[in-house]
Amino acid sequence: MTEQTQGIENTPNPVLSNVFRIISAVLSNFVVRRFFFFLFVVWLASTVIFIIPRLSGQDPVKEKLLLEAQRGGAIQQGLDEMAKHYQKRFGLDKPIWVQYGNFLSDLVRFDLGTSIAFFPRTVNDIVFESLIWTLGLMGTVTVMAFTLGTLAGAVLGWPRRPGWVQYVFMPLLTLAAIPQYLLGMILIFIFAFKLGWLPLFGGYEPATLPNLSFDFVVDVLRHAILPAFAILFSVVGFWAIGMRGMMINAQGEDYMVQADAKGLKGARIFMRYAVRNALLPQVTGLALVLGTIITGQVLVERVFSYPGIGDILFQAIRLSDFFVIRGIVVIIIVGIAGATFLLDVLYPLIDPRIRVRN
Amino acid sequence: MSTEQAITTYREGARITDVDSLVVEGLSVYYETEDGTVKAVDDVSFTLKQGERFALVGESGSGKTTLAMALMRLTRPPGHIARGSVTLNNRDLTTLTEDEMRQARLSELALVPQGAMNSLNPVMRIERQLTDGIVDHLADDESITKKELSQTARDLLTRVGLRPEVARLYPHELSGGMKQRVAMAIGISLRPSLIIADEPTSALDVVVQRQIMQTLGRLQEGLDASIMLVGHDMGLVAQFADTIGVMYAGKLVEVGPVEDVFGDPKHPYTKLLIQSLPSLQEKKDFVGIPGLPPLLIHLPQGCAFEDRCPSRFGKCTGAVPEKLSVGARRDVACFLYEGEGAS
Repeated sequence: MTEQTQGIENTPNPVLSNVFRIISAVLSNFVVRRFFFFLFVVWLASTVIFIIPRLSGQDPVKEKLLLEAQRGGAIQQGLDEMAKHYQKRFGLDKPIWVQYGNFLSDLVRFDLGTSIAFFPRTVNDIVFESLIWTLGLMGTVTVMAFTLGTLAGAVLGWPRRPGWVQYVFMPLLTLAAIPQYLLGMILIFIFAFKLGWLPLFGGYEPATLPNLSFDFVVDVLRHAILPAFAILFSVVGFWAIGMRGMMINAQGEDYMVQADAKGLKGARIFMRYAVRNALLPQVTGLALVLGTIITGQVLVERVFSYPGIGDILFQAIRLSDFFVIRGIVVIIIVGIAGATFLLDVLYPLIDPRIRVRN
Repeated sequence: MSTEQAITTYREGARITDVDSLVVEGLSVYYETEDGTVKAVDDVSFTLKQGERFALVGESGSGKTTLAMALMRLTRPPGHIARGSVTLNNRDLTTLTEDEMRQARLSELALVPQGAMNSLNPVMRIERQLTDGIVDHLADDESITKKELSQTARDLLTRVGLRPEVARLYPHELSGGMKQRVAMAIGISLRPSLIIADEPTSALDVVVQRQIMQTLGRLQEGLDASIMLVGHDMGLVAQFADTIGVMYAGKLVEVGPVEDVFGDPKHPYTKLLIQSLPSLQEKKDFVGIPGLPPLLIHLPQGCAFEDRCPSRFGKCTGAVPEKLSVGARRDVACFLYEGEGAS
């Protein structure tokens, strides 16, 4: 390290040494370092996705054509030529490192290819359209569940809470034990089928086209209520249980005794000492969950036929739409790696012990 | 030399008045468990004069910290104060309402915890931890500006021998000794008349221990406060305190001026405790006290120390010895001194 630095100082070109100094300063920056790590994770995971199907030694084009031919009972004549033609179209005739290069360059340009099942729609098109629905529903529900659950857990884990509190929140914890799809079906049965208050399925009325009119927004919200509650009820308990545990842990800390000994007001001890410390692991959990909501809730979206990414993933797997599956997996990777990156960057703001020295 | 003189001349600049600061009478802290009642502190009485330094010693589990916490009324369930009174400046703390007691904490009696460990909130700057107690003790019609608070925090830090810039730091950025000083700064922030210091120097090295104790003594004298030091370091106690109380199995077995207790220990436990201190002059094997203290849940019928006591006799198994006065400000709970009963 020292030798290197000296070498730079000896460089006759001052411009070059300045450039190098700036680069090393940038690289030593924590955020930049984490960002490069994020890129590294995405690259590594994408490479794994690229390699695994090719390890199987099967030719997807030929397999597909054979399957089609068998199904149609057609004569298997000219199949090889057809396979060659399609391989050329998909670039599968090139050497593997050229394919890898193409794959990476497509990835960098966010070009995830074309869907097989919904040809000629692009994967981007399909994925991003459903992503909006999933993020809208899951994002809102996750944040709501986190807030509600954490609050409930904080109060439940507080020894000086009023006695009635547990009768209000305890049922919430019980709901966490019911699977989301089952809860979804129960909700559909009661509120959509029996009572007819809310729509049975979908993200909006089938006959309408998505637009930004007031009626359409209300329609979307009406469709979102049941799936939202199905997820919300089952997730709130998860957050509440976690938070309650952390609150109880915090009670045993010396600083809690000291907070009492200082004669602080109960509200301050609760918020600034107990909740503030108990919240740290919760936030980690939230970031990780936010990274995974992109996958959607396959089962819940299925039950409600909600046009989210979980539903698309389900269809893509059923129709062997490899490019869409791969596109969704890439999105998941980027989502999780992105959430981790964001957590790394933001965590020092809530926990000073993680603060980085530059 | 009479005992009274001994107290007043023990340390330079000591200003022990004749005013009672803290009067503890028959204080008992019990823990109700499924297997029975654990008498963590049982029938403890002692008095602290204003300006006096009182040290409570005893082995782990003897009830020292439980007693200190009970004085602050911070006993947590299933523990509770079963009996007794704690009178500070002529006010019985056990009869105060929860909010009155909260107001009394820090402003009248303050706890200086073992600050080297985790007694500071890890996610809060030192300044905030120094001043939130002040804010929460303001009367309804009082107000204080941010600037004043900031200045107060800096003053407090200076008084405990820290740089004012420490206010902007977080606990993990401080050394053990610095954290202990912050803990002391918090303790004196509202000028209490009683400081309860619970093992303020454990987990610190001896050089820092000395500095911390000097600072603590200086602060106490500056406030004219009395101090109750909880610890098990006999050497440190001997140097710091005016009066010493020895606890064993939840009971206060001996109380007296430090010089008298060290010079002429009465209770067999105190004798063994002092004998067990290693000497610098003489190289010899460590002397311990054989046996273990009794389980507080199954206390023997008689004296709790009976089975470990070298001077036990018939009476010891039958009844619990009452506190006897064996001199001015000198009490011992042992049947050996029943004859001397000078009261």
